[in-house]
Amino acid sequence: MPATQRQNGIRAARGSLLGIEYMPVAEINALVQLARKMNPQKPRPLLKGKRVLLLFYEPSTRTRTSFEIAAKSLGATTTVVLSSGSSVEKGESLLDTAYTLRAVGADAIVVRHPNSGAPHLMASHVDIPVINAGDGMHEHPTQALLDAYTILRHKKKLAGLQVTIVGDVYHSRVARSAIHLLSKSGAKITLCGPPELVPDVATTLVDGLRISRSCEEAVRGADIVMVLRVQRERLAGLKVSLPDYISRYQITMARLRLAKSDALLMHPGPIIRGLELTWDVADCPQSVIVEEVKNGVPLRMAVLARALGKAR
Amino acid sequence: MAKDYRQGSLLIRGGRVIDPLARVDAMMDVLLRDGQVSEIAPPNKIRVNADEKIDARGLIVAPGFIDLHSHLREPGQGYKETIASGTAAAAAGGFTSVCCMPNTTPVLDSPEWVTWVRQPQRGAVVNVFPVAAATQASKGAVLTDFRALQRAGAVAVSDDGRPVLSETTMRDALRASAEINFPVVQHAEDTRITQNCSMNEGPTSFRLGLRGMSVMSEAGIVDRDVQLAQQFNGARLHVAHVSTGEALKSIRRGKKNRARVTCEVTPHHFALTDADIRDYDTNFKMNPPLRSEEDREALLAAMADGTVDAIATDHAPHALHEKIIEFDRAAFGITGLETALGLAISVLHAHRIPLTRIIELFTSGPARVLDLRGRGTLLRGSHADVTIFDPRKRWTFDAAKSRSKSHNTPFDGRQLTGKVIATIVGGRVVYRG
Repeated sequence: MPATQRQNGIRAARGSLLGIEYMPVAEINALVQLARKMNPQKPRPLLKGKRVLLLFYEPSTRTRTSFEIAAKSLGATTTVVLSSGSSVEKGESLLDTAYTLRAVGADAIVVRHPNSGAPHLMASHVDIPVINAGDGMHEHPTQALLDAYTILRHKKKLAGLQVTIVGDVYHSRVARSAIHLLSKSGAKITLCGPPELVPDVATTLVDGLRISRSCEEAVRGADIVMVLRVQRERLAGLKVSLPDYISRYQITMARLRLAKSDALLMHPGPIIRGLELTWDVADCPQSVIVEEVKNGVPLRMAVLARALGKAR
Repeated sequence: MAKDYRQGSLLIRGGRVIDPLARVDAMMDVLLRDGQVSEIAPPNKIRVNADEKIDARGLIVAPGFIDLHSHLREPGQGYKETIASGTAAAAAGGFTSVCCMPNTTPVLDSPEWVTWVRQPQRGAVVNVFPVAAATQASKGAVLTDFRALQRAGAVAVSDDGRPVLSETTMRDALRASAEINFPVVQHAEDTRITQNCSMNEGPTSFRLGLRGMSVMSEAGIVDRDVQLAQQFNGARLHVAHVSTGEALKSIRRGKKNRARVTCEVTPHHFALTDADIRDYDTNFKMNPPLRSEEDREALLAAMADGTVDAIATDHAPHALHEKIIEFDRAAFGITGLETALGLAISVLHAHRIPLTRIIELFTSGPARVLDLRGRGTLLRGSHADVTIFDPRKRWTFDAAKSRSKSHNTPFDGRQLTGKVIATIVGGRVVYRG
């Protein structure tokens, strides 16, 4: 039985990555450092003979493929299990699925799930590392880590950076993980969007969080502008008018120019051009959207290497 | 329900009798005979050679506790609880009477099922008073036959867990309630705005990424119901498990306007807040959800000032497979019968609510809410239902040793003050701690 450690008040196998909230800054830094040593172009067989199970209960392009490529680059074998087409459709519970994957020989489970806390439930019942690849509206820790990695390729440090997060914070697991990580690292964070998507209660997540309802004010002087996806159907459900959102909060070139001249434009994807940002913003020189996707691979190599005790 | 009481006599000696209805708080001996309270007198004044004696020195002797809100799960959900196991847990918690909710399978919406619940074959060890459904199959559309249900032995109607949302239906229910003096118990939740919600709306729900139920989802329905109750002279509205300060405001207004409005509060709502939820521990998931500290304080104030009529457990047992799953998908509800007294003394006494008031909330308070005649007091001639407890005894609750079939409780391992020593129903000792 491998050693366990407490994460989010839950006992989980060592190497598990459930969220950023309870992760010490030193560990965040160590992972980012480790990611720098990882190069998917130069495979290292660190995880030869290891089996990584990718359990996806929700659609995913970036996260799934980059975890798969990361694992293979380290010499591990991967198996993808989707909720559709598996016994999940027959009503198998999350824990029984976890026990099954363990029984067929998984050494680690990467899980994406529509319910917040699902990876925590798994991690507290199996003796192998569980890596959260996004749970409900809760956290998406590897996204926050790859964003930190991306920022640090352009900026010396996270401390002191002005970060503006614009869009649907309420429904976003990316936002919660990013806020925890950036706040721990000493960045100054402003959230921006209508109250339906950026409720006042959001400021209680960490100390020093600020909300602005003016996109211009929020973006002015920012080092990082992080844009979050807005889903049409959510706006309709919340009775926010689409044209109104676009006119007040869409990131346009004019708005982006209010940020520092060397500001980075980030977006976890998938992007909806013409909604939360314009076509030209997505492709502008300051945009690191494609780089974020690319950096997902070495960062996830680092996470897997750490999970399976091969962090060198 | 002709519960077979004990032929013979039982003398409880040397205890401190607290009977809030009779305004008694003194060292007294109590003689129970043939299922009734036969005599109550200062120590050593009762000179009877009783068949059985209980030494209650250093203990409180109170009227038997009454729980207005329990889920005993029969018919149809015996894998969670049975009337036998649920009433055994009740006895261990000092409850001599429990009112069981109708959200069973099938729903308790007919006189036949009400009768079935009350049959001796169910193996109840305490008195069981069924609350029947207010609408057919609790679907909220067509009222049940209140008069027939009342005749069969139901003590109230409720669509607990599935609130009566339609104003027309609620109005009709309260009108019928007024005609036959039959309480309508409402689980106040506007389910149109709580879809997919699994806890209280606030900082903790935001942090955990869970959808939250707003205060208004409860308070809005309570406010409407109180206003409707005021329209019918004699209509009786009982608000189940109040959890918000906002809802209490409407209840206070109703009481001030002399509407026949009563309410209950659960131990978990006065003992815990949403900030206590251990991350994704489904033993903290119930409906109404644990609320904010502000709401908890409002409940404590309302218990102290008399706005609250009763402590009720909302004992809601669930099997493991319904709880050890994703938080969003897990069943709402926790068990509560065995921890109620310990929590009440531990929490309420610390808030300077006197023991007499706490006992009132377990006895004469609930008896008055549902007109349980001859219960909730030790006046001579009352039913011989008695709860004896040690108010200073410290103990640790161990869920594994619960008499309930289910162990879904956030209080496992919790240190409590106040322990039941004996529970007596109809003159028979049904539990000894």
